[in-house]
Amino acid sequence: MEIKVLGTGCARCKSLEKVTTKAVNELNLDATIEKVEDIQKIMEFAVMRTPALVINGKVVITGQVPEISEVKEILTNNI
Amino acid sequence: MSRIKNKIVLVILLIPVWIIIYKSLKTISDFIVFRVFQMTPETHLTETIRFFIYEVPKVLMLLVLIIFIVGIIRTYFSPEKTRKALEGKSLFAGNVMASLLGIVTPFCSCSAIPLFLGFVEAGIPLGVTFSFLIAAPMINEVALVLLIGLFGWKVALIYVITGLAIAVLAGFILEKLNLKRYVADWVYKTHAKQSLSEEVTMTFNQRISSGASVVKEIVGKIWIYILLGIAVGAGAHGFVPDEYLAGALGNQHWYSVPLAILVGIPLYSNAAGIIPIISVLIEKGVTLGTALAFMMSVIGLSLPEIIILKKVLKWQLIGIFIGVVATGIIMVGYIFNYIAF
Repeated sequence: MEIKVLGTGCARCKSLEKVTTKAVNELNLDATIEKVEDIQKIMEFAVMRTPALVINGKVVITGQVPEISEVKEILTNNI
Repeated sequence: MSRIKNKIVLVILLIPVWIIIYKSLKTISDFIVFRVFQMTPETHLTETIRFFIYEVPKVLMLLVLIIFIVGIIRTYFSPEKTRKALEGKSLFAGNVMASLLGIVTPFCSCSAIPLFLGFVEAGIPLGVTFSFLIAAPMINEVALVLLIGLFGWKVALIYVITGLAIAVLAGFILEKLNLKRYVADWVYKTHAKQSLSEEVTMTFNQRISSGASVVKEIVGKIWIYILLGIAVGAGAHGFVPDEYLAGALGNQHWYSVPLAILVGIPLYSNAAGIIPIISVLIEKGVTLGTALAFMMSVIGLSLPEIIILKKVLKWQLIGIFIGVVATGIIMVGYIFNYIAF
């Protein structure tokens, strides 16, 4: 699966990336995680709050950094 | 906490506990200072410690309660819904609505750009977008809590009403100035390739959890500033003579308001650190208008947010934006220094 973390580089964006990486590793998922920092690319996903998480082109989280358990749930639901 | 199925019950049980503790804070702090520490009343040190021991739990308790309530209210709002509500609104009504929604819509200045672009793309006028961007940081729940806690309801209400007035009028004026040409060129070329999927509806239990996690996040981040702010405030409360600052920042000088704003812009403090200090400034002779102006410029016109906005706005527009908002704040300062109080 293809995971994108959208964020312009704020602290919360970094922590979402961290949580996601950890969740992916713990779930042993075959996934690529890409950090998207370019604002024009971010806007293509129509998000108005960063950080955001995109799985296979679909926006699943906006404007928050959830607990790792919740990220895992979202990941497994979107495989 | 997760074992309790119905969080509403838990919340209802906790509210009376909160009220009882809050009401007894004065007694508890006096007990600690005079019985436990055995301090002599009326000395500088006693007054400083008493102020600190009373104000810290009071402000923290108010923060937890109000951030929790605001956190729940905010689950009913989102930038996406706000954008939808603002689409196609006429100018003045749009400014009023954008300012009001600025208070309740979840907003973080780090999201200012995507929000700005999202609004522009939906065809919301620039001035209406600015009303939102002025109101959202200036009138926030932390500022509100501290104002209620340290100044009382009346000042808090004045802050909210004048803050709203500035957001509405500044947005309206900025729209009338027709400044589209000063928006970075690429902004109008950006287009979303997809629209965001529908909002998920939350149960009330989820809203309560969301409110609780907002409390954890915000209080976890700002408690240290509150402690520092109140410590400085407590020191000044005990040791600086009353009316000490009346000379430099009292209302006999016309320049005290603009000066307070100039000092306030580069000062990037969240409301948490600055308001306890301001409450003591007032005690020491700074007039309310000057203090309000200072507070608004620290919270509402912050340098980091201006730097973030620089990515989408040309410097001319940033200059006009700061100018219009600063003028509004100056007027608020003068009104409260000379007319109202």
